[in-house]
Amino acid sequence: MKTLAAIAIAWILAAVPALAEVKIQEVISPKGIRAWLVEEHSIPFTALEIRFKGGTSLDAPGKRGAVNLMSALLEEGAGDMDAQGFARAVESLAASFSFGAGDDTVSVSARFLSENRDQAVALLRTALLEPRFDQEAIDRVRAQVISGLKSDAKDPNAIAGEAFAKMAYGDHPYGSKGEGTIESVSALTRDDILAAHRGVFARDRLFVGAVGDITPEELGALLDRLLADLPETGAPMPPKANVTIEGGVTVIPFDTPQSVALFGQPGMDRHDPDFFAAYVMNQILGGGSFEGRLMKEVREKRGLTYGVYSYLVPKDLAAVYMGQVSSANDRIAQAIEVIRAEWRRMAEEGVTEKELQDAKTYLTGAYPLRFDGNSRIASILVGMQLDDLPIDYVNTRNDRINAVTLEEVNRVARELLQPDKLHFVVVGRPVGLETSGPD
Amino acid sequence: MFSRIALIAGLVVMALPAVATGIDDAVTDFTLDNGMQVVVIEDHRAPVVQQMVWYKAGSADEPRGASGIAHFLEHLMFKGTDTMAPGELSATVAANGGQDNAFTTYDYTAYYQRVAADRLELMMKMEADRMVNLRLTEKDIETERNVVLEERNQRTENNPRALFREQMNAVQYYNHRYGVPVIGWKHEVEALDLDDALSFYRTYYAPNDAILVVSGDVDPQEVRALAEKYYGAIPANPDLPERVRAQEPPQRAARRLVFRDPRVAQPYVSRSYLAPERDPGAQEKAAALYLLSELLGGGSTSYLTDRLQFRDKLAVYTGAFYSGTSLDDTTFDFVIVPREGVSLQEAEAALDKALADFMREGVDQEMLDRIKLQLRAARIYALDNVDGIASRYGRALSIGLTVEDVKAWPEILQSVTAEQIMAAAREVLRPEVSVTGWLMRDGEMTQ
Repeated sequence: MKTLAAIAIAWILAAVPALAEVKIQEVISPKGIRAWLVEEHSIPFTALEIRFKGGTSLDAPGKRGAVNLMSALLEEGAGDMDAQGFARAVESLAASFSFGAGDDTVSVSARFLSENRDQAVALLRTALLEPRFDQEAIDRVRAQVISGLKSDAKDPNAIAGEAFAKMAYGDHPYGSKGEGTIESVSALTRDDILAAHRGVFARDRLFVGAVGDITPEELGALLDRLLADLPETGAPMPPKANVTIEGGVTVIPFDTPQSVALFGQPGMDRHDPDFFAAYVMNQILGGGSFEGRLMKEVREKRGLTYGVYSYLVPKDLAAVYMGQVSSANDRIAQAIEVIRAEWRRMAEEGVTEKELQDAKTYLTGAYPLRFDGNSRIASILVGMQLDDLPIDYVNTRNDRINAVTLEEVNRVARELLQPDKLHFVVVGRPVGLETSGPD
Repeated sequence: MFSRIALIAGLVVMALPAVATGIDDAVTDFTLDNGMQVVVIEDHRAPVVQQMVWYKAGSADEPRGASGIAHFLEHLMFKGTDTMAPGELSATVAANGGQDNAFTTYDYTAYYQRVAADRLELMMKMEADRMVNLRLTEKDIETERNVVLEERNQRTENNPRALFREQMNAVQYYNHRYGVPVIGWKHEVEALDLDDALSFYRTYYAPNDAILVVSGDVDPQEVRALAEKYYGAIPANPDLPERVRAQEPPQRAARRLVFRDPRVAQPYVSRSYLAPERDPGAQEKAAALYLLSELLGGGSTSYLTDRLQFRDKLAVYTGAFYSGTSLDDTTFDFVIVPREGVSLQEAEAALDKALADFMREGVDQEMLDRIKLQLRAARIYALDNVDGIASRYGRALSIGLTVEDVKAWPEILQSVTAEQIMAAAREVLRPEVSVTGWLMRDGEMTQ
């Protein structure tokens, strides 16, 4: 054991793994559309990731679910093609397009071969600019969305998520599901879908990442063909959300053998100068690996759960710090007690120098592993732009992690963690737990 | 529009194969003297490596009464050895900036690490160590068994769809262990002990029952040298049992079940048929069945989707599934999720009618050509995910296929004819040997 440990340490000192050569270029198209590009010519295809800021939070009052339904309908008929005509066209090019709607962005993820790139882009353009929104398609996809909402209503994880969001964000769009409610989705009209389309797709909120077999010049021309005809502006951005989380427990009775708990407290903005320290601190408290304190205490030592995690959630319009755990109904109370104790211990005692070093080595070593495919890298490029990060961030990110000091982590642990404000939403039949805390 | 699409498709058909042969050049394979198979897949785009060790032992190899032991052992493999403390392996991977995990299925158990390429030797040293030097305590057993029970709670007990799937499998397989869940029946998992774990470990964890798959920024000669040093030093297990399992008898009657649970929000009909799997040197029928599943349920243009979602508007979702990468007889499955107001009876009747019509009408050649085109393109996209290719080799080799079988598979798929697909469909999709399940809300009437 000693030998092995010595070897491991020597290796760490020898070399922090070199980051793959990720050379990011900024491309400005002739018509002024900006994108970040990584050229990768060894495989003849390109991954393109486009995001429009605003997301489902742009839903107009009373129209919850419109942006989500609209996004789902983009591949259900465009130009002179109905839904299946469009699908056949995509298949015939062996391309793939997917559209997603999140709290803060609507995403368009595309992948196409070099040899038919122009045709694929032309097809994607029809989906974005000339969607048909046929009533038949609206009704068909609406039924799928409602089916999903019905399933969520009986899924303990979804029930917990919805209750936590309602508690934390109230009437802000973040406080309800982006898919809407059965009532709101049932009432959506074709005009609502068209309005959502006008609100979302505009050049003033556009972010693009491209990775693959394409030159800057080719990408510039592609961007102009695909996106230049979008309107300049869309719907006004929603306001910031007020986060209100008070300490306590909310039990939502649900007949199931294992209770699901979501927990959280107010969080930290992505642009806060302490964000890196908070990120490292969370890695030690409840990061995804087996080395996190929550995983060690709740799972490894006591066998109370299969998984327990905590994570910072810095959204565009609010920030929370959350976690989750699931335990059998007669064990969840104990799991929660251990999590509360660890939350408090971290706030009061901070971390050790060894924990900090281990977390840094893990985080800096794991970073290059994320760059494992054109689509993944394209997503990272867009995420960096959305977060307002500099184009050389990839090369400086690990330095920023390594620059975090023990004093910073421990100060941030003291300032950020609020054990008294930690609230647990528990769905199940938990034994020995009752709803408590301020209403 | 159509003429343009047709033209494009023509161009793609001609151009793809030349590029797509690339991946085979990146694959090297050899066998160590102790019988351990090794596959190396090179991708030098990033200085990252993935090591996977696949054991040809899964839940279907477990002794009767000890269901879940293969998966439980997978958890226990992260405890200590003679030279590593419990948890030290994962801690060391993490301290080297890597990620590790493992998974268990019916036919195999696999362990992997992803890490910077210059850490491969350390990963091999540790993985080889736990192949034979695992040390377990009663305390490990007790705590980790609770973790596994919570995993079962999370995956299965809390999920009526998963409970339903378990019942479907149990009804589909009367005699074969595919009828028992990988994670194990709850009452048997609760009784698993140290002896069960060690007995399974000593029987199956040996180099002659394992496959090493290394992918990423590596040189095959260096991998060979390291593999010989760490795995080559471990003697083969001379008592490794032959992999012979109790097989299914011919199914002679259609089987039905109804599963009710108050937590069901969206009722649906599930259907399965026993189907042949890919066999070494004989993958044609499996290829035909795979294409059949794509034709019937592979996407929004597929036969069932077109018919049941678009034309008749009876379903919110339909799907057809076939995975031939299996040691013994696998299944061909369907699901139909009816729209609001459509009963399960109506949904099932619509599915049967659609299948009967498909049998009469036969394969739409244009649709088959589009599917084959996409499969060719998938080989290009796959080059971007070398770890995915590594998994494909690991899965295939652990069910007894050869590297040559894996390399031949794409061409076999391309060569399958409409006639072969219909012949396979007639052989497998026989109503008299189907299993049909209804997932329903508690209290819901069957009619």
